[in-house]
Amino acid sequence: MIFASVGSMLPFERFVRGVDEWARDNPDEAVYIQIGGTEYEPRHAPFTRMMPMTEYRERLRTCDLFVAHAGMGSILQALEERKQTLMLPRHQEWGEHTTDHQIHTVERFGHLSGLRVVDSVEDMHREMTGLLANPLGMDTAISDQASPELLSGVRGFLASVRAPS
Amino acid sequence: MAGTPKKRLLAIASGGGHWIELLRLRPAFEGWDVAYVSMFENYTSAVPGARYYTVPDASRFDKLAFGKVMVKAAGIMLRERPHAIVTTGSAPMLAFLLLGRMMGTKSLWIDSIAQAEEMSSSGKVAKRLATTAIAQWPEVAAAEEIPCWGAVL
Repeated sequence: MIFASVGSMLPFERFVRGVDEWARDNPDEAVYIQIGGTEYEPRHAPFTRMMPMTEYRERLRTCDLFVAHAGMGSILQALEERKQTLMLPRHQEWGEHTTDHQIHTVERFGHLSGLRVVDSVEDMHREMTGLLANPLGMDTAISDQASPELLSGVRGFLASVRAPS
Repeated sequence: MAGTPKKRLLAIASGGGHWIELLRLRPAFEGWDVAYVSMFENYTSAVPGARYYTVPDASRFDKLAFGKVMVKAAGIMLRERPHAIVTTGSAPMLAFLLLGRMMGTKSLWIDSIAQAEEMSSSGKVAKRLATTAIAQWPEVAAAEEIPCWGAVL
């Protein structure tokens, strides 16, 4: 089972078409896509625009491969669930996002255990097939909390509100 | 102090990654009466027992959409009268910072971890509105002359 998601906000035509093409060529593998605001509607895989967060988490937990845009929400949840994840970053020049920050995101996080980055639909197709056959090794799941440093900083800020000096 | 009623915190973020980042801060909210704001009704299941409100999406550049967020945000602020606001972005949450400033509510803007090269355009506005603005990348924080307290990851 492949769970594919463009995240919750912006359309991602190249991604949804690409996943649908792979589903067409691999009819024996179940594929489910969250397409958000994407105009193109998949013809070879069931899809939804957006599902409740609990269902999203369940699909992520039970899939064999998570395929997603390179949004931090997708990356954080994939790491929390310890799920192998294939990421295609959005490009600003093709109108896929307002900036190229997803490219910067994969530069910073793409090396983490359990994540693989591709930058073309052709490579995405190849990796979808490849990762189902040979899954990525995974480190332990990350904690579901921010770093102790950030938590302590936020606590400090809140303490200053509670007891103004 | 024992017996003192908890102070109210408004923890707010846009949908998607911003919301996931906010949820990872929850341990820091212990001891506060927390209400949440995001964009999708179904997110309420992620914060069981807490009050939860939604606002529509809006770019800073769409005045009509931002106006609708301001109206909704004003209603939430008047109802909650929070003592503090914590947000992980994005643009629509600037409405709460603006209102918070007018109402004397202390606010913290945490620029998204997705902004690894440069502070977000909303963050640059937030810097002027929030009591405190921080970035999650040391280089970004240094360039903006704001603190970095680590990251959500």
